[in-house]
Formats: sequence, C-alpha cells, structure tokens
Amino acid sequence: MSVEFHHKIHDTLADANLQLAIYTATGRLKEKRIEAVASDILPDYQELRSHANAIKKHTIENLDHYLEEFERNVTAHGSKVVYCKDATEVADFVLGLAKQRGARLIVKSKSMTTEEVDLNERLEHHGLESVETDLGEYILQLAHEKPYHIVAPALHKTRYDVAEIFTKRLNVPNEVVIEKQTAIARAVLRQKFLAADMGISGANFLVADSGAVVIIENEGNARLTTSAPKVHIAVAGIEKLIPRAQDVATFLKLLARSATGQLLSVYSSFLSGPRRPGEVDGPEEFYVVLVDNGRSRLLPDRAKRQSLYCIRCGACLNTCPVYRKIGGHSFPWVYSGPIGAIITPQFMGVTHEPGLPFASSLCGACAEVCPVKIDIPRVLLELRSDVKKAEAREGQNRIEKVAFRVFAWVMSHPRVYEMAGRMAASMAPSPDGGWIRNVPPPMNIGPAQAWLSQRDLPPSPSMSFREMWRKRGGR
Amino acid sequence: MGNRVSLFVTCIVDQLFPKVGMAMAEVLERLGYQVDFPEEQTCCGQPAFNSGYRAEARIVARHFLKTFEACETIVAPSGSCTSMVIHHFAELFQKDPETLARVHALEKRVYEFSTFLTAVAGVEDVGARMDAVATFHDGCHALRELGIKAAPRRLLAHVRGLELREMTPAEECCGFGGTFSVKFAELSGAMARTKLEAIERTGADTVVSLDPSCLMQIQGALSRAGSPIRTMHLAEVLASR
Repeated sequence: MSVEFHHKIHDTLADANLQLAIYTATGRLKEKRIEAVASDILPDYQELRSHANAIKKHTIENLDHYLEEFERNVTAHGSKVVYCKDATEVADFVLGLAKQRGARLIVKSKSMTTEEVDLNERLEHHGLESVETDLGEYILQLAHEKPYHIVAPALHKTRYDVAEIFTKRLNVPNEVVIEKQTAIARAVLRQKFLAADMGISGANFLVADSGAVVIIENEGNARLTTSAPKVHIAVAGIEKLIPRAQDVATFLKLLARSATGQLLSVYSSFLSGPRRPGEVDGPEEFYVVLVDNGRSRLLPDRAKRQSLYCIRCGACLNTCPVYRKIGGHSFPWVYSGPIGAIITPQFMGVTHEPGLPFASSLCGACAEVCPVKIDIPRVLLELRSDVKKAEAREGQNRIEKVAFRVFAWVMSHPRVYEMAGRMAASMAPSPDGGWIRNVPPPMNIGPAQAWLSQRDLPPSPSMSFREMWRKRGGR
Repeated sequence: MGNRVSLFVTCIVDQLFPKVGMAMAEVLERLGYQVDFPEEQTCCGQPAFNSGYRAEARIVARHFLKTFEACETIVAPSGSCTSMVIHHFAELFQKDPETLARVHALEKRVYEFSTFLTAVAGVEDVGARMDAVATFHDGCHALRELGIKAAPRRLLAHVRGLELREMTPAEECCGFGGTFSVKFAELSGAMARTKLEAIERTGADTVVSLDPSCLMQIQGALSRAGSPIRTMHLAEVLASR
C-alpha cells in the first residue's frame, strides 16, 4: 500500500466533522434505497436485478456487435460517433472541434467519464472556459476538488462549507440557506447556458437499436447543456451500451431507486441526434464520443469483466462500511467505493495502488445492493491475486510472501501446526487470564502491534481444543 | 444420513477459543450425534486466499480435503470458514478437474453449526437455558455467502431466560475481515467502534455470533473500551443449561 493511501485514510478517520458528514449523507441515501426497493413497493426487485444483469452480460459479451449497431443508428440520425482510446484522444477531439467552431465557453453536465480523462483541466489549459452545471459538481469545481462520490459529488460538503466556497469564489454574501445557495448558483449558471458555445454531457445509457443517448438527472442542467448550445458532445464509456430501447425500462426501475431512493429521477432525456428541420430547439451538431480508456482490456477476463456492467448508481458506496469511513478522496482515482476498488486497478493497472483491492473486509454488502448484481467481492479477490502475482514478478513484498509460504507449510503439517500454536501462545502471556492490552518484545511489532493499536488480544487458553479433546478421551 | 458428525473446529477455535468447540460437541452429543474430531485438521486456508496467495491457499485446501474426505458429515462453528470450503475451494481448483470433483463431492457435506441444527437435525429447541439480554451479530460471510439469518435467531428464541434484541443497523460488518484487520488496522478499529455503538444501543449484556473471528474483533474492542458487555459463540449459549 502506498504511503499516500495510508495517510489519506488516516486523515479522513481523524476528521470528526468529515466523519459525521459522510456517515450522515450515506446513511440517508442507504435508508432511502432500502425503502424504494422494499418488496411491498417493488415486488419484482430481485427479478429486475437478474434481468438487468443478463442484459449487461449479453451486451458486454457482444460489445462489438452493439457498438456497430449503435454507430449505424446514430449516424443515420445525422450525428457522429467518435472513438477515443484514451484521455488524450478525448481532449484532442473536443479541442479540435472547439477551435473549428470558434468556441470559448463550454457548459458541462455530470459525467464521471470526463473526470476520468481530466477534461476540464485539459480544456482550461488551452484557454477554454468549461463550467460544471450540476450543482454538486459546480461547488467542487469552485473548490478545485474532484468528486467525492459517483452520484453525490459534494456529499462531504455541509451547507456551511458551500457558503464559504461561494463567498470566496463568487464574491457573494455569506448564505447558509440551501435554497438560496441554489438560487445563487442558478443565477450564475443560467447566464453560462445562454452564452455557451458547446455543451458536453455524459450518458447513462447508449441504446443500440435506436441510436439514442439516455441521460438521467434531477436538476435539468443536463437538458439545458444538451439543447441550448449549438454543439452537443456526449462523452460515454463503451460499456454504457444496451441493446434495445425496451431494455431502458428495466434500468430506469433500478437506477434512481438504487442511487437516491427516488422511484424515478426528475428528468429522463432520450437524445437521438441534432435538431431536425421544423424542430424549435436542440443542438445543430451532435457528437457521441465513445471512450475506451482501459475498458477493452477487461473484455477477455471471464471473472472480472462483469465490472463493466456498472450503471454508476453509487449504491455500493452508500452501503459500504469502508467508504462510509474513508470517504471518496482516500481512493486513488476518480471512482471511489467498492466499484472504484474494482475498476481502478483494471483501468489503471493493479500496481497503480496495490493496496486498493485489500482495503475491504469482504463483507459483501456492495454485491447485495448492486442493481446489476456485480459480484464485487469476487472481483476483489481476483484482483488481490493479480496484485500478488505482480509483486512476485517484481520481487516486492518478499517477507509477506515467505510468511504465507510458511503458513501453507505449517497448515499442511498438523504436528508442526500444533507445536507452533503452543509456541505462539507462550509468547503473548496473559497474567490474569484477561484480554491482553500489550505484548512484550519481540512480539510488539507487525500484525500483533497493528491489532493491539486498536483492540485487545484474546488470552491464549491453557489448552488448545485438540488437547482438551484428547484429555476427555477423544472419540 | 447416519448420526456420526465430524467436527471442523477451525484453527481460531482450536488455538484461541477451545471452549466453543467443546460447547459445539456437547450440543451435538446431547442431540444424539456421535461426534468425532479428525486430528489431522488445521485451517481452511482462507487467510492465504483472501490475501491473494492462491497457490498457498491451494496447499491448505488440499490438506483439508485429505483430512475430511472420508467424513460423512462435517460441522463447523464458523460461517466464514464454512463458506471458504463450500464456495471458494471450487474457485481454487478451476483448472484441476480431478481435485474440483473431490471438492464438489465434499462441499455438500460441510455445514455451519446453526444450519446443521435447524436444517439437518431439524431442531430449534436444544434445551438450553441462559439468563441474558442478548443481541445477535450476523457475520458477513454467514449472512451473505451462506444466507444464514433466521436459523440462529430461531435457536436463540428457544433459549429459556434469554431475551433477544436486534441491533440497528443489524447487518453491518464488525470490521474484522481477516488480514484486513491488521493491514488497515485503524480503519478496522473504526468499523469495530461503530459496531459497538449499535451493540450498546440495544442495552444487551451479551453479543452472540456464530463466527469466532467476528467475536474476537468485537470482544477485543469491547475489552479495549472497558465495556462490561461480553461475547459468546452461539454454541456456548446453546450448551448452557
């Protein structure tokens, strides 16, 4: 594990206000989800999950076919599909188009994929103004921070934090009433929408049979982003495809409930191409940027490619006892929580943060709430094995490797195991038979020390089970 | 099925909580089972498997297979170790069809203790008595990998003198997670303390679980906090009279 990862976890755990903010906000989302999928409200919830899983499995296993079908249908609507293999290609395309169209101001609606490729930073580097229009994203852009959560990017900010950010960045009076804060942001953003030359959105689903981009949101900012400017660019990962328009229904029933506990989000937009003759609004040009950025590397892996089924609802974050303690910014990349722990090592390589797949108690709460039934603990276990293989190749972490070789040898030799057990027991004495608060040297290092930094150790019994069993005469 | 049962007590019970194993044997014998203890047994290999050392886990799993293959029925006082055998052994031997077949033949005969009592022995009242206000902690692997929720509660409901109070939230991890507890000690400790708060809110004097490792984490944190609340394995509660 990197020192940076360790420090970020420590700092988050040590910040009492932040702990409360994360725990309260995720707790609310967690509870609302539970209500929204309760069997009296959604009796076919489990069937829907299985169905959604089957659709995603089929799509990912036939991704080439659906990409081509999608491209055909998008093109038929007068839009263009652009394939980008990485961050640089996305930025190059957007910059090139902005230059051709003389664009200066870009409005953006929420898109984790653009966070992946640092699009704002890249555009700003070239003198373009790129403004986030989702309220949470806007707050974070003003604060120069990355999203804390896939769905609720400013989850860690209290209204007092927001008041401070607005005062500092927007030069407005200190305002702590949330509705009034929203009005401040709206006033600024409305002008941006009207003046913007280009709009960049993400996509929740790409529908192959109709060539449609589906965007689900609550604030209406995505609708303005995609319809007010003359040019609309939708940026999406290739895994966002689903085969048919009718499949959208399955995901709509699951997405909002899993994400925020709403039965349906406020706006569901189905965008299929630029403005047609006679239509009163919509962009003049419509581009769909399909981003790989590491995704296609997952396709050959039978056990792990299910990571691409994710619909970015964030339910796994809200329910994860680890995320609820360490928050979003402890994670090494833009994706946090259980889903971040499985896609980051796969998109970025397992050595990017080798500690990441291990930062889990493998409790399985994530898999239980995943609307598309990704077996996250299973993928974590696979990744842990991948990390150890990579470490062995590089000759890293040798002591641990030796320790587990010894473990395997001891555990396959019962006599040695018994002796080792008795020896270990004698090294951590408990004078009064009570639980142990500290151990003498040389035991006060490594795992024993780590355990004792937080909890007491059980006293070793005077006899092991097998000794007791022999004593009573066995059987 | 005959009435012979072989104990897989798990390494943690063997080394740290032998009374749990004795209690399990006592309950099973009380129900008329002939209980044996295959002495060659050690561990299920989960520490290596969960730490990413699959080759090492395979060595331990093979030893487990060899030790228990001849046994008719195997009962273990842990959901986590049971799940390792019946779910994850197969993952370890995907490329070894011969061993995989042996795993599949064995995994059907391995039971977690409360599941064995309710589903195989068909018992809910084992004649136990214990004056306590208890809360039950669901071990994550028992709950989510084995689907164990009702069985221990039905068994506890029949313990005379025992009042069961549910925690809110009930299904949150205690933070143990095997090597996670030492690799991410501070985080694991923070999770344990959140669990303690849920336990304390119930007003219970006893925490019961069917997983010794969760109990070690919870008791370790209770002890550190100076709490008078005690932990007990389900088998110990059921052996009380």
